[in-house]
Amino acid sequence: MPANPFNGFTDFGVGIGLRVPHYQHILSEKPVVDWFEIISENYMIDGGRPLHVLDQILERYRVVQHGVSMYFGSHEPANREHLKRLKALVKRTKTPWLTDHLCWGSVDGTYSHDLLPMPYTFEAARLTAQKIREVRDFLEIPIAVENVSSYAEFHVSEMTEWEFLTEVVELADCGILLDVNNIYVSSRNHNFNPLDYVNGVPAERVAQVHIAGHSKFEKYILDTHDHPVIDPVWKLYARAIERAGHTATLLEWDDKIPSFEEVHNEALKANQFIAEMEVAS
Amino acid sequence: MNLLEIQHRMLDAVMQPLTNDEQMQPRTRDGRSMHDVAAEFIKPNDRLSSFERLEIYNRQYWFRVLAALEEDFRGLRAIIGPRRFAALSKAYLIDCPSESFTLRNLGCRLEWWLRSHPEHIQPRAALALDMVRLEWAEIEAFDGAAEPLLISGEMLVSDADPRFRLQPYIQLLSLRYPVDDLLLAIRKDDSDGEMASNAISERRKQMRASKVVRQKPQAVFLVVHRLDYSVYFKRIEAEAFLFIRALREGKTLSAAAVLAFQGRDIPESKLLGIVQSWFANWSSLGWFCRPESPNQEFISSLERQS
Repeated sequence: MPANPFNGFTDFGVGIGLRVPHYQHILSEKPVVDWFEIISENYMIDGGRPLHVLDQILERYRVVQHGVSMYFGSHEPANREHLKRLKALVKRTKTPWLTDHLCWGSVDGTYSHDLLPMPYTFEAARLTAQKIREVRDFLEIPIAVENVSSYAEFHVSEMTEWEFLTEVVELADCGILLDVNNIYVSSRNHNFNPLDYVNGVPAERVAQVHIAGHSKFEKYILDTHDHPVIDPVWKLYARAIERAGHTATLLEWDDKIPSFEEVHNEALKANQFIAEMEVAS
Repeated sequence: MNLLEIQHRMLDAVMQPLTNDEQMQPRTRDGRSMHDVAAEFIKPNDRLSSFERLEIYNRQYWFRVLAALEEDFRGLRAIIGPRRFAALSKAYLIDCPSESFTLRNLGCRLEWWLRSHPEHIQPRAALALDMVRLEWAEIEAFDGAAEPLLISGEMLVSDADPRFRLQPYIQLLSLRYPVDDLLLAIRKDDSDGEMASNAISERRKQMRASKVVRQKPQAVFLVVHRLDYSVYFKRIEAEAFLFIRALREGKTLSAAAVLAFQGRDIPESKLLGIVQSWFANWSSLGWFCRPESPNQEFISSLERQS
């Protein structure tokens, strides 16, 4: 199921996040990279260097947009200015699908700039799915929602996180950006078996997979994207692609960013699991 | 508790300032126990209480927004010092939390807010305000829109007294202090300091403080502009500033010239030469863009040249 309606029937391989410290290397060395993921908000501007660099990247590479502030789960309606700017960027990048997080982060127009966790209730699922549909109708592009790392759970939750994710994507008829690092982080923070999560999501809706590193503290794990991917996360990745097929895969590295080669090589480790999965199947 | 109630309650807690030792406040703004409030909607686990789980988000919020503001206003921080800057940032973000989907806009109300809270920047309020205006102008110039250039030879042949449009990214600042030089010096210090020992860093801090104290008022007319996608500061003369500001306001060429040279006894022939030299320089820097709706004469003039 690599190509499906939720990733625009594309067949992308392993990519990495486009980050400022790598701009110069990418533009001068033109390395072979299957695709780049960009943070939409970094380019939802009127002009200047970021858009100039993006245009050069677009001439040579495939780009998929990933957002951090649509806040599908916020109770308030989507911000119209945000949507208009996002649509302009979608036209520029021709992204085959667009992703953002299954979370909330704003109330009454005040923004936290964080990915805050959802209460897993049917009411929240209904409201979130409705907003995803509205955004998709406005942008006219497939949307996939990403499970976030979380550090808190709510008394009012009526289901597990993976049941909530399933409920939302079925109601919205949208895709999933399955972040296996986030599953691992949340599983350690909330004491569940991460394989139950991977096995519990509708595999046919997985449009893309995220892999990343994280930081361990004494009493919890924080999703910091500043380390290589650890073995237990690779195991979850292997199981995810076993279920979903050879799906577009993206390594996120956002802090203490090493050289381009180091980040790319870390991402390319995914190919080993893809090859093993293909042999096994 | 429904979704909206949870979101209100959680955001209130998350955006409440941290204690001095960067912990979550033990009480809410209305005096309730934060432990009780957290326990009402957040589950504890075997390692963390409801309070501690909520505190993770509270700390993340403040670390993130404070770091973003510090990154954008390093010049202001150098003028008032890190401790006062931290206090100012906290007070500003309590009054003016983000209303934008992007952190880029976090400081957009800082100048306005400081004008009604000068206690945070006294006794160097004028210097600090100039610096804030410059740092915000730089953000605007960095990613503001650029329109097609008015290329050499293009002119409105039918209009004897044309209007010229400036690139939207250009920022015009009339300053009371030479904060452009100060900001560049602060950045150089910061960049050198990254490779220095603690002792040298300390000496640099003292030198920077004395640099700030030494700042004397000096009228500076500054254009914050962009060339090859990098932002630059360009000082211009007072008359040139009045002239270009009038053009930005949509005034005609002659009206802008009258404003610029009001009260100056300059022969017309010399005046023309001055304006021509400004235009030559500013055009070479790409500051002018094409008219919004070119008339037929404008198009014709282009065709004649091609």
